Amino acid sequence: MEIAVISGKGGTGKSSISAAFATLNGKVVLADCDVDAANLYLIFNPSHEEENIYITGHKAFIDYSLCTNCGLCMDHCRFDAISLINDKVSISEIACDGCVLCSRICPENAIKMVANDKSRMYSGSFRNGKMVYGRLSPGEENSGKLVNMVREKAKQVAKKNGLETIILDGPPGIGCPVISTLTGVDKVVIVTEPTISGLHDMQRVMGIVQKFNLKAYVIINKYDLNVSMSTQIKTWCKESNITMAGELPFDKNMVEAMVQGKSITEFNPNINISKKIKIIWNKILNQKM
Amino acid sequence: MKIAIASGKGGTGKTFVATNIFFTLLQNNYRAMLVDCDAEAPNAVAFFETKLIKETEVTQQVPVINTETCTFCGKCHDYCNYNAIFILPPMKIIHVIEDLCHGCGACSVACKFGAISEKPVSLGQVALYSTNRLPALIEARMNIGVMSPVTVIKVAIKQVDNQADIVILDAPPGTSCPFIQTVASADYVILVTEPTPFGLSDLKQSVETLKIINKPFGVIINRVGLGNNKVQKYLMQEKIPLLLEIPFKKEIAGLYSRGKIVSETDSFFAKQLQVLVENIFIQYGNSSNQR
Repeated sequence: MEIAVISGKGGTGKSSISAAFATLNGKVVLADCDVDAANLYLIFNPSHEEENIYITGHKAFIDYSLCTNCGLCMDHCRFDAISLINDKVSISEIACDGCVLCSRICPENAIKMVANDKSRMYSGSFRNGKMVYGRLSPGEENSGKLVNMVREKAKQVAKKNGLETIILDGPPGIGCPVISTLTGVDKVVIVTEPTISGLHDMQRVMGIVQKFNLKAYVIINKYDLNVSMSTQIKTWCKESNITMAGELPFDKNMVEAMVQGKSITEFNPNINISKKIKIIWNKILNQKM
Repeated sequence: MKIAIASGKGGTGKTFVATNIFFTLLQNNYRAMLVDCDAEAPNAVAFFETKLIKETEVTQQVPVINTETCTFCGKCHDYCNYNAIFILPPMKIIHVIEDLCHGCGACSVACKFGAISEKPVSLGQVALYSTNRLPALIEARMNIGVMSPVTVIKVAIKQVDNQADIVILDAPPGTSCPFIQTVASADYVILVTEPTPFGLSDLKQSVETLKIINKPFGVIINRVGLGNNKVQKYLMQEKIPLLLEIPFKKEIAGLYSRGKIVSETDSFFAKQLQVLVENIFIQYGNSSNQR
């Protein structure tokens, strides 16, 4: 069973809660799908049993020994990536989308495509099972594809090791990597916080969840920072027929656990927040779809 | 000048810093604008009393294939680098997968039979809002289900034109293409982080990226008092300017959660932000921006 943890808004506590889920019961496969800002490895320090190179895409480069400065590529580029700088046709690496059109149409064959091969996917073991995570090299694109790779690997690893539960720690937002995290999962956990932004972003991400017709559970993290906003979120969930999985209080131990490289439930299983997370996780795991 | 407020990690307080700086600038009669570039999850507008001035639809061209004139030669499929054209020549089936299309136009160039025309599809909206009757806020908002916010972000930043002396760009989280598109157009970047291991790890990644694209930057640490002091140590080691430390206070979190601007009531904080931006303006405000 694949369970994705997402949020819409960043920093609501997705990864901390995923880390707790991953260390509560039996062994799991933990997949960090926030490839743009992977963090769970900081808590679990997994072994690197396998490393894969991920090609995020290609960028166009001009071979100036062949370029005649004709400007045909400039006319065709729709990403405003090619312009004249000091009267010389130049390609902006940042704006280039890697569509290859300029390279195809160049009459002098002066444009070469160079692969971005700095991103990586790792898989290995951590103290409560197996872990897979991707690290997108800074400034790279196509994070959705890397998420797909991470999920594929997580499934293989689960099968090979006879592990049933796969936890996907998702990226923030609602774009391509989020969509890649959500397609075909069994359950979705949305971690939100009682702020205007938290509610708004949860509503946006629910749009995706509903598009895919997925079973969603909402957790309000730090609910006591604004109780009336928490009530507003609960009301919205009720009206929209979304299951509330539970509320968690603000607790500085959450940060303290992270600093010590532990999940909150490892850090102290007996405090209120740890107990609550355990109840929530069992509810999510055991409810029939 | 344009100042981008960014962070690798989500939820460190980008929008909090951006909205408070923007408010402070308006209070001090600067010709300022705030552009919410977090098109996947835009939230900045909710913090102000605004009036919608105009809304622009942002579109992308996608191919339409006329199966009457199509010879099913497959050249468009070969040219498409995004696997957005599905073709089965023997069955005479050709289909455009619009979600995968980036609108590069390669297929139109590839087709020698005039079978491909194009139509616009919506990616999102860019809205211009006024506060106190002055155009002041621009919001990029991507449609739900669209893959990449980059085009909408580009259009939003372009809309600023010359309507302001200081433009605050509230950047999307992460360090991939949406982040790059936003910071690439800025003259200076303020990275907002928090003093936790996650905050530090994502900060390092943002710093790496900004060094690659050669942008001047400084760091604000938010929620100081939680976590540890490893972020401060890292900044010292790397000689990265620490612009401001904002202490963790439940009152700040509470005000923010209700959509309130903290610098409206906290004059000390307002002054800190004002000095911070004015220093950046003096140091970097005259550098001509390439993009």
